[in-house]
Amino acid sequence: MTTTTPDIQLPEGKKQVNGLRRIWNTPSLLIGIIMFAVLILLALFIPYLSPYHPTEQNLSAFLQPPSSTHWLGTDQLGRDLFTRLIYAARTDLTIMVLAEIIPFCTGVLLGMLSGYYGKWTDRIIALITDTFIAFPFYLIVIIVAFASGAGERGIYITFILVGWIVFARVVRGLSASFREQEWVASAQTLGLPGSRIILRHLLPNVLPQAVVVLMTDMVGLLVAIVTLGYLGIGIAPPTPDWGTMISDGQPFITTAWWLSAVPGFAVVYTGIALSLLGDGLADIWRKK
Amino acid sequence: MSTEPVLEVESLTLAAKSKEILVNNISFSLARGESLGLVGESGSGKSLTLRAILGLLPRGVEQTGGAVRSKVSSAMVFQDPRGALDPLCPVVKQLAEVVYYRQQVSRRAARTIALELLERLGLPDSLRKKDRYPSQLSGGQCQRVVIALALACKPGILLCDEPTTALDVTVQRQIIDTITSLQHELGFAMVFVTHNLAIAANLCSRLYVMKQGQIVEHGETLSLLQHPADPYTQMLIDSVLPLPELELEGSRQ
Repeated sequence: MTTTTPDIQLPEGKKQVNGLRRIWNTPSLLIGIIMFAVLILLALFIPYLSPYHPTEQNLSAFLQPPSSTHWLGTDQLGRDLFTRLIYAARTDLTIMVLAEIIPFCTGVLLGMLSGYYGKWTDRIIALITDTFIAFPFYLIVIIVAFASGAGERGIYITFILVGWIVFARVVRGLSASFREQEWVASAQTLGLPGSRIILRHLLPNVLPQAVVVLMTDMVGLLVAIVTLGYLGIGIAPPTPDWGTMISDGQPFITTAWWLSAVPGFAVVYTGIALSLLGDGLADIWRKK
Repeated sequence: MSTEPVLEVESLTLAAKSKEILVNNISFSLARGESLGLVGESGSGKSLTLRAILGLLPRGVEQTGGAVRSKVSSAMVFQDPRGALDPLCPVVKQLAEVVYYRQQVSRRAARTIALELLERLGLPDSLRKKDRYPSQLSGGQCQRVVIALALACKPGILLCDEPTTALDVTVQRQIIDTITSLQHELGFAMVFVTHNLAIAANLCSRLYVMKQGQIVEHGETLSLLQHPADPYTQMLIDSVLPLPELELEGSRQ
């Protein structure tokens, strides 16, 4: 057959840089992972770590300052603050993750369709996006929360309604730029169906960016969950939640400031962990 | 061999959305198994013409007149081989995928055919065992994969859009040789776009010289090169740098 079979050797193959090594070389990611892992481990194992129950009251031991038996003291109903803090992490982080699943999937999918097909698909999706963007997020949350009753349902519904927009916008831009690259055009001319190109080729290429956005978006969502709890239209007591804990501690802010400060710090801590994670992931993917 | 052309381009006109005419009223036809060269400087509209044949005009460009008629399928070899491959998908998988969709075989058979094709194009055997991504291959190897992708469609016409411009000179030669021998073997017709007159002269039996969206001159390669009628063609010929005369005196020592 072909007379020329030039003996080009496969280049030594860029040494597949070890995944762990890469994480090690990205301090922000490393710190983010550690911070988040500590939180998750505590939340998972808190029933075995703490002898106290998060909602059981013990009125004889109310408003105690931090001590060796109660690491962060107790609240006005005598509940151990540390135990409640970690149980609250369970509640809030679970809602945070669950509420992001559907918006993330729809957002990425709509963004890809919009960017890949352009034309009227893009116009319709842009129209929906712009309509929702016109309303402030908190306004929608509060309306939905009132309509659906207190609790996490309001968060879920609102997020399904508007949470996808941020992903759709980012992914749309990315997909549109990939569409102009030759390999997408090439795949089309080679006869691959659109669905195949989108799911098998476009998706892996836009996913890293989308995940980075997901991390940042989760911080915003967490703050929203906590805010609603604080306003009394989020998670209903006695379920532990950082927002309600902050507002419960408010009357005692002069005598037992840590009641409000500690859950506030927990929100900040989680926010920093997620931001570092997102930032670190972005770094790693950019280097590749 | 029938004499009926496999491709006919008739007074094709392409324009940008801003009404600026990019390709003006060009016509040519291509016989079975023939190689035709479109030469001209950057921006002369030769790549756009190829894309119009393929039915893949970039956003913002429209066909405003003329027709492209072809009874056989065409496939394209792109200028930048790395850009023509999905960076996050192993090359064998990309090729097998095209074989699967174009040749209607099972996935397993598609992979086998894909590997045979790659071997045929002189790609190393190690692809069989390990997943290799475009970034792990050299430019020449990537271009071979891109040619394999085009051939997987069993095209009647191979459209080559400056397939060697992005490659090293030594690799250019190999790719040209590969394309030529595959053409002898498989008998596809070819439209070869390039600004390198030397390559075009080697490959093609007929040349069309394009400038600013128009064909300024065309003819049999040899007679065109020997007796260029248009000053622009003469300019292109002059732009091919010959090797300087080697000093035999100096090399004797």
